[in-house]
Amino acid sequence: MNAFEDLGSVVIQQFAYVGGLTDQFWSGMRALPRMLPIMGKRGRWQGALRQMAAIGVAALPMIGIMALCAGFILALQGAAELRRFGALRYVIDLVAIGFTRELGPLLTAIVVSGRSGSAFSAEIGTMNVTNEIDALQTMALDPIEFVLAPKFLAALIMVPCLTIMCNVFGIAAGAGFMYLSTKMTIGVYARYVFDSIVLRDVFSGLVKSVAFATIIVQVGCMEGFKVRGGPEAVGRATTSAVVKSTFLVILADLFFTAIFYLTGWSS
Amino acid sequence: MTEPIISVRDLSVSYEGHQVLNRVNLDIQPNEVMVLLGGSGSGKSTMLRHIIGLERPDSGSVLVRGVDINRCSAKDLRNIRRSVGVAFQDAALFNSLSTEENVGLPMRELTTLAEPVIEIMIYMKLAVVGLGAAGKLQPYELSGGMKKRAAVARAIALDPQILVFDEPSAGLDPIVSAELDDLILFLKRAFQMTILVVTHEIPSAFRIADRVAMLYKGSLIAADNKEAFKGSTDPRIRQFLDRIPDPITESAAVQDHLRELAGLTGVAP
Repeated sequence: MNAFEDLGSVVIQQFAYVGGLTDQFWSGMRALPRMLPIMGKRGRWQGALRQMAAIGVAALPMIGIMALCAGFILALQGAAELRRFGALRYVIDLVAIGFTRELGPLLTAIVVSGRSGSAFSAEIGTMNVTNEIDALQTMALDPIEFVLAPKFLAALIMVPCLTIMCNVFGIAAGAGFMYLSTKMTIGVYARYVFDSIVLRDVFSGLVKSVAFATIIVQVGCMEGFKVRGGPEAVGRATTSAVVKSTFLVILADLFFTAIFYLTGWSS
Repeated sequence: MTEPIISVRDLSVSYEGHQVLNRVNLDIQPNEVMVLLGGSGSGKSTMLRHIIGLERPDSGSVLVRGVDINRCSAKDLRNIRRSVGVAFQDAALFNSLSTEENVGLPMRELTTLAEPVIEIMIYMKLAVVGLGAAGKLQPYELSGGMKKRAAVARAIALDPQILVFDEPSAGLDPIVSAELDDLILFLKRAFQMTILVVTHEIPSAFRIADRVAMLYKGSLIAADNKEAFKGSTDPRIRQFLDRIPDPITESAAVQDHLRELAGLTGVAP
């Protein structure tokens, strides 16, 4: 009986967590228009701009290096097999399609989750511990609007941008590999790339990146808002934010990939 | 007697089966300084969090300016919150903002005042608390006393009717603590504010209070003017005022637990 009770308790907790995330997501969505310049609240867009720099610009070098490495690794692994069939040219398809549909959004999400998701939970968790969230509430300011919404808007804009840059770097790594192995020029490589991918591939990757951005921000912020206690609780929230957001990103990736496959989008 | 500006009615709160507040009733009149005393774990911080609407009680109600803050609309709650300024124990200044940005935050967010007006008002609020020259400093550059003053400046930014202090003297040396007491009295005199102070510092309490209330193990055991409170013969109040320690190791619960640890059973001789 205890096992059933424990299982039930865990299931209820998970449903409550997802319910909390959904509630927070809609509150964040409602607050988004107030982050915009001109029509939004005075000066609020500047906060979103600062977040864009933190989430996007500061992450670019890391994403660039990781994408170059991943692109090269993918080309090397692919070439090892394809060379045996005399199909080395298909390394280009592998890298181009692999990055635009899958690796670009996923790699970007993992980097943003590790850098920014953890930062969100640490920042909000610390604000909780030092009563700053309470102070906002007592000043009749909505913490969702004041703390979460600028991050949400910034991530919705910057994660797709980073994904495009990740695709570019990954595909560029493929160009490097093809030049070193077959002396293929950049122009020829680019023509093969444009032959192999269609706009739909890029678009499906961007749809995923928007979903991943939402997950990272919502989970990171929720873990921060949940912090109770002292500094050690902030540490736990940070770890939890990265673990949960990475897990949910991969689940969402599977979901979207399955949807695209079943609807014929990825064929 | 006038209508109370804050009215706590039968407030009961429990956390995980542990009763923290037990049917507490307290009225706070306009323009008075009410000090809420109590030892550690007496429930005073919990009561403060319920009075400022940060938590919902199990039962009972908190009326601020006649509005039940747990059952009113979101708009009414916003209006009530705008009329209550809170200075938290650890100041709760936003570390990402400078001192003047902290003070200006409620004005920028909740009013339509023009920027030059806001800048003048920020300076005035900081000058009131003696921090006129510290506006550009970041919170981490301020001393403990300055942080608390900055928190007061932010709390009075929108000229609230009610000002709430959570442990204003905590962590401050006696001189800075006395300065803060003077500031509280000045605010009451100059702005006719109703002030609620939660503390366990007895000298500070008697210096600033018009009335003193005391919580003991979640129950309100006194709410009287300070002279009557000072002269109380209630043993729980006398123990607090005369600083008499609890005989911890002699308590029945501790003795029972020690016997249990030693593997002894049965009734103590």
